Amino acid sequence: MRQSHNSGTVKEPLFHITKRAAIPWWQSWLIRIASVLAALIVCAVITILATKQNPLEMYATMFRGAVGNARRVWSLFQNLAMLLCVSLAVTPAFKMRFWNIGAEGQVMMGGLASAMCMILLGNVLPEWLLLTVIVAAGIIAGAVWAVIPAIFKASFNTNETLFTLMMNYIAIQLVSYFVLQFSVPKGSGHIGEIPTGWLPTIFGQPYLLNIVVVAVLTVGMYIYLKYSKHGYEIAVVGESEKTARYIGINVKKVIIRTMLLSGALCGLAGVLLVSGTDHTLASTTAGGRGFTAIMVSWLAKFNPLYMILTSFLIVFLEKGAIEIATVFDLNSSFASIITGIIIFFIIGSEFFINYSLKFRHAAGEAKS
Amino acid sequence: MKKWIALVLAVAMMCLTFAACTTTTTDTPATDDATATTATPAAAGLKVGFIFLHDENSTYDKNFIDAAKAACEKLGVEYVGKTNIPETNECYETAADMAESGCSIVFADSFGHESYMLKAAKEFPDVEFCHATGTTAHTEKVANFHNAFASIYEGRYLAGIAAGMKLNEMIEAGQFKAEEAKMGYVGAFTYAEVISGFTSFYLGAKSVCPTVTMDVQFTGSWYDETAEKEAATTLISGGAKLISGHADSMGAPTACESANIPNVFYNGSTIEACPNTYIIASRINWEPYFEYIIGAVTNGTAIDTDWSKGLAEGSVELLGLNDNVAAAGTAEAIEAAKAELIAGTRHVFDTTTFTVGGKALDSYMADVDTDADYTPDTEAIAGGYFHESEYRSAPYFDLRIDGITLLYESY
Repeated sequence: MRQSHNSGTVKEPLFHITKRAAIPWWQSWLIRIASVLAALIVCAVITILATKQNPLEMYATMFRGAVGNARRVWSLFQNLAMLLCVSLAVTPAFKMRFWNIGAEGQVMMGGLASAMCMILLGNVLPEWLLLTVIVAAGIIAGAVWAVIPAIFKASFNTNETLFTLMMNYIAIQLVSYFVLQFSVPKGSGHIGEIPTGWLPTIFGQPYLLNIVVVAVLTVGMYIYLKYSKHGYEIAVVGESEKTARYIGINVKKVIIRTMLLSGALCGLAGVLLVSGTDHTLASTTAGGRGFTAIMVSWLAKFNPLYMILTSFLIVFLEKGAIEIATVFDLNSSFASIITGIIIFFIIGSEFFINYSLKFRHAAGEAKS
Repeated sequence: MKKWIALVLAVAMMCLTFAACTTTTTDTPATDDATATTATPAAAGLKVGFIFLHDENSTYDKNFIDAAKAACEKLGVEYVGKTNIPETNECYETAADMAESGCSIVFADSFGHESYMLKAAKEFPDVEFCHATGTTAHTEKVANFHNAFASIYEGRYLAGIAAGMKLNEMIEAGQFKAEEAKMGYVGAFTYAEVISGFTSFYLGAKSVCPTVTMDVQFTGSWYDETAEKEAATTLISGGAKLISGHADSMGAPTACESANIPNVFYNGSTIEACPNTYIIASRINWEPYFEYIIGAVTNGTAIDTDWSKGLAEGSVELLGLNDNVAAAGTAEAIEAAKAELIAGTRHVFDTTTFTVGGKALDSYMADVDTDADYTPDTEAIAGGYFHESEYRSAPYFDLRIDGITLLYESY
């Protein structure tokens, strides 16, 4: 039937797109690797055309910039850990098809709460209690910021994408306000280093604590999503709310609970950034991680273990890009272009994993 | 299955990175040798690291970048510049990385970089860390950590003279009455660096146009083109006849050009974008400072804890007077005032030229030593004028003088 239709007089397009059935893992990885290679070739061509630099030298520079010495490796893992932490935070919400793009604001609120505790309670409480309060306050602040849109979504079915997005701006303005309130010198818009309430270091390594915390969180999140009853409920609500209701899942409760978790982890990321690393608060503390995390989570298909890879990739590219800009004295925009091309190809590869192109001629042959 | 592959790949990646790390550690002796050879007096082979908050798109950073490249080229040392370094731990990492990779001097250009530069300075005592616009070097007393600024208030004062003369010209042309001579100023934040700047600009204008008043609008950001444009428009609709400012975008000048209101800029000439309204700009020329620190390291002499130079040394300069807009005789008036400032016969913050709350001041305790409680600690008025940038390089003049109205002080 179909074949006769195809071979009929109706003009067939040059190619058409069909959804693939599941393909073996090695094929999908082959496509991914091929896409990275293709990206590197395109970047090389653009590099030669635009800057007349040797592209191999440029990639070597990128590599050195990201992992060239022990300090850079530590810094890379610190940045990886922070990005991964925020990515883990948004993942349960995403898996539930709740588009939490308010992670940036939730991180900022966590950071703000911990910074306020560091400033106001620094000389009031004993060290252990101070640290407990800082961590608790950060987590609660992040959770509160996330649960507000969740309650509205669960009760009134408001659009969570817009709601969480706009909560970001409120958070950033609140941070700007308090940064001015606490600024030293007066009115400068900078808090400077806060002397009290620093999270402890492990083995004298300033970033090890963050890395260990996030490593534990990664495994925990994997288990939570994959094996726990909560994780199952999240998956079902994400697939179909009606099914969830039919089998007796309290959808409202799942939405609120999951967003509390999502916000709490964002708040924790804020604590790690403010109390663990920067020891100050600025409107740039979150550094766009709340938005980059969306990409990390999506690229990894919401799998916490894959996220290690995707966040590594993004941090690696960012670090390498800064080094390229320095060594070749290019505007840092050029490095962003390179990063953009590589990420574009990687996202594009997912298309070829899920769909196949059938060309007119080949399609005819395949069917005959 | 997929998960295992992900795990294996992740582990492989980590191994790769650590492998990369260990392979390059074998390279480090080579770089150590390189730094050892730089200990010889010749400047050749010296590496200087520069940390910039933004890139060339910000007039503030461009001013530093141009000066850094020029100084390095002139003295034949290697320039290592990193742009877009935020005021977070990233600054410490960058500074430490530069120190480890053989830079003898590390410089950072933004106020918020200070605590991270200080942290790196304590860790690398053999490398000089220099920081522009910071306030804590004189109290922290870390031998290899230095603050720098320039007496830009003198430059703004001279630019203010150009502004005042333009107002006089417009009054004489009958465009408005003498008592309506009001200027507008777009500021970033309400701290001493900005207050010192707009007060000196106002006093310069007042020295030639006694009836002038000024409104100041703050944006709460060093670079926010929309907010700066909006602030300028608000000031113009509030009756400002001339606009100046202290923020880093082209927002205010473009607002002036479209409203045909004369503008005095900072850090760069806008004559190409705003040919009908641009009068003059003042700026800090950082080249003398960069040459000074490179020279000090080359010769093995100490770098000042607080360095602030001015008109005489070329650290503060005025850029491109636009004869089509400026009033006649402006250049001569500026030259005359400049000579007096250099000779010390005229002072920008002369206490006979301004009042606070209707009274002339003979004493003021300024907050020179930075602390969280803003404790006033240093007598700054002596010999009939406020001694700016003498007790530390960064400005500390934060008096609210009569004639200047702060419109929206929340920042």
